[in-house]
Amino acid sequence: MLTITNVRKTFNKGTINEKKALCGLNLHLDPGDFVTVIGGNGAGKSTMLNMIAGVYPIDSGKIEIDGVNISREPEYKRAQYIGRVFQDPMRGTAAGMEIQENLALALRRGRKRGLSWGIKANEKDFYREALTKLGLGLQTRMTSKVGLLSGGQRQALTLLMATLEKPRLLLLDEHTAALDPKTAKKVLELTDEIIKERELTALMVTHNMKDAIQYGNRLIMMHEGRIIYDVAGEEKKNLQVEDLLKKFGEASGGEFANDRMMLAK
Amino acid sequence: MSGILVAMQGAVAQGVLWGIMVLGVYITYRLLDIADLTVDGSFALGGCVCAALVINFDLDPLAALLLSMLAGMAAGAVTGILHTVLEIPAILAGILTQISLWSINLRIMSGKSNLPLLKLKTLISSVGDSLGITQAQASILVGVAAAVLIVAVLYWFFGTEIGSALRATGNNEDMIRALGVNVKRMKLLGLMLSNGLVGLSGALVCQHQKYADINMGRGAIVIGLAAIVIGEVLMGRLINFACKLSSVVVGAVIYFLIRALVLRVGLETNDMNLFTAVFVAFSLSVPVLLGKWRARKEYSETGEEDS
Repeated sequence: MLTITNVRKTFNKGTINEKKALCGLNLHLDPGDFVTVIGGNGAGKSTMLNMIAGVYPIDSGKIEIDGVNISREPEYKRAQYIGRVFQDPMRGTAAGMEIQENLALALRRGRKRGLSWGIKANEKDFYREALTKLGLGLQTRMTSKVGLLSGGQRQALTLLMATLEKPRLLLLDEHTAALDPKTAKKVLELTDEIIKERELTALMVTHNMKDAIQYGNRLIMMHEGRIIYDVAGEEKKNLQVEDLLKKFGEASGGEFANDRMMLAK
Repeated sequence: MSGILVAMQGAVAQGVLWGIMVLGVYITYRLLDIADLTVDGSFALGGCVCAALVINFDLDPLAALLLSMLAGMAAGAVTGILHTVLEIPAILAGILTQISLWSINLRIMSGKSNLPLLKLKTLISSVGDSLGITQAQASILVGVAAAVLIVAVLYWFFGTEIGSALRATGNNEDMIRALGVNVKRMKLLGLMLSNGLVGLSGALVCQHQKYADINMGRGAIVIGLAAIVIGEVLMGRLINFACKLSSVVVGAVIYFLIRALVLRVGLETNDMNLFTAVFVAFSLSVPVLLGKWRARKEYSETGEEDS
């Protein structure tokens, strides 16, 4: 499904701020994989997702989706394959537009946009149904501006928008990190439900180790731009937070103490 | 008394014709969230192109209007390419185009800074003659017809898939890019559309006042902002997009009425730029100052108990 081969990225090359973000990254995802991604600050988790989405160009290597090489495609063209939810709830929706307008924009992800009406009458029932499934009561507020919604509601809406037109790959970049614990849990459960129901392939970055173990069928740990631990199936299900901390300690050596607190939160 | 009425009629005519420019400014300033300074240049460009075509090539006034609009779109495209392809900040890109248009406009007018149409036929004079009404009335008629048509077309366009994507570009660029829209193309399109309307407005004003002038666009962007602000204050937070667009034209009419009044009170035409700038600065700062004042007033060290 997704194949990343030897991808490298260095920011601010040749300056004092040089930062090797990805150092020969290799990853293969099978269809239906729900992979959680953990790692310390600066491990390259977000960079990996941004490289897949095409936010910055990669220095070298190859990114393929279903055999199509997308390494040099611009971000907006990759959108036909990829649905995304950002960490910042404000980034995934247009605040000044109605809920149904946002959904109509999302339904047309990756399609050619023309001069036909931007939101057709027969789509509205579909949106109402999809919003009802979210269970947040948004189906009665379809003409409200998205700016009136709370962060959690906006994030749930973004999740719905990213999956409205089935993406081949769903990228979730710490999409619950900015929410309060209760809302975060709700959005995470919703994420799990949608991924299972629609049989999506997904990559989810998280700082919460418990969530990383509980959700998905595979877990990868990143450190200094590489994947240092990759576990799936039964072995993953039986993982404990302590195991992950130990693994992380082995890989990162001295930095363990710094990152431990952050990872364990 | 009739002197005032005639002056008011002239002001309304000017307001409606300039209102078409303000519709253009609205597209960039409110929908795309870009302060596009090309406008001062492309407004004069529309006027100069129109005058030159009518005088030198004896072109039909209506065709001259359309070509002026295309000229405006080309100016918008230059700013758009500077901004999107070459990644020059939008304000600077607009200034660059505006400055270069000053030279281009002089070239178009064969080095003259003013090009009078004199007795040549214009769209407005033909309408006036055939209906037997005054120039000012004919200008209002033509202006209102053009404004209604343009508002209708814009209302339709911004409801389409491309139009929605353009609005979303001004609203949240990251989001709409992630949904597969080439935001650079949207900005280019918006700038072209906007400056096309500005060029058309310049050409209409040229046909109304019967001359084109190298300085006719000076301060146009500020007039545009003033009209948008007036429209929004008067018509409030209207939900309907067609009403919002119309309010922009109404704002322009009221701006020119105020201007006519201020001129009668004793200010000179040369003072108008200062007057408009102060007005816009004032309108834009009022919400900020009110917010600060409110925050200071509501602050208390102990806080109030929630009841």
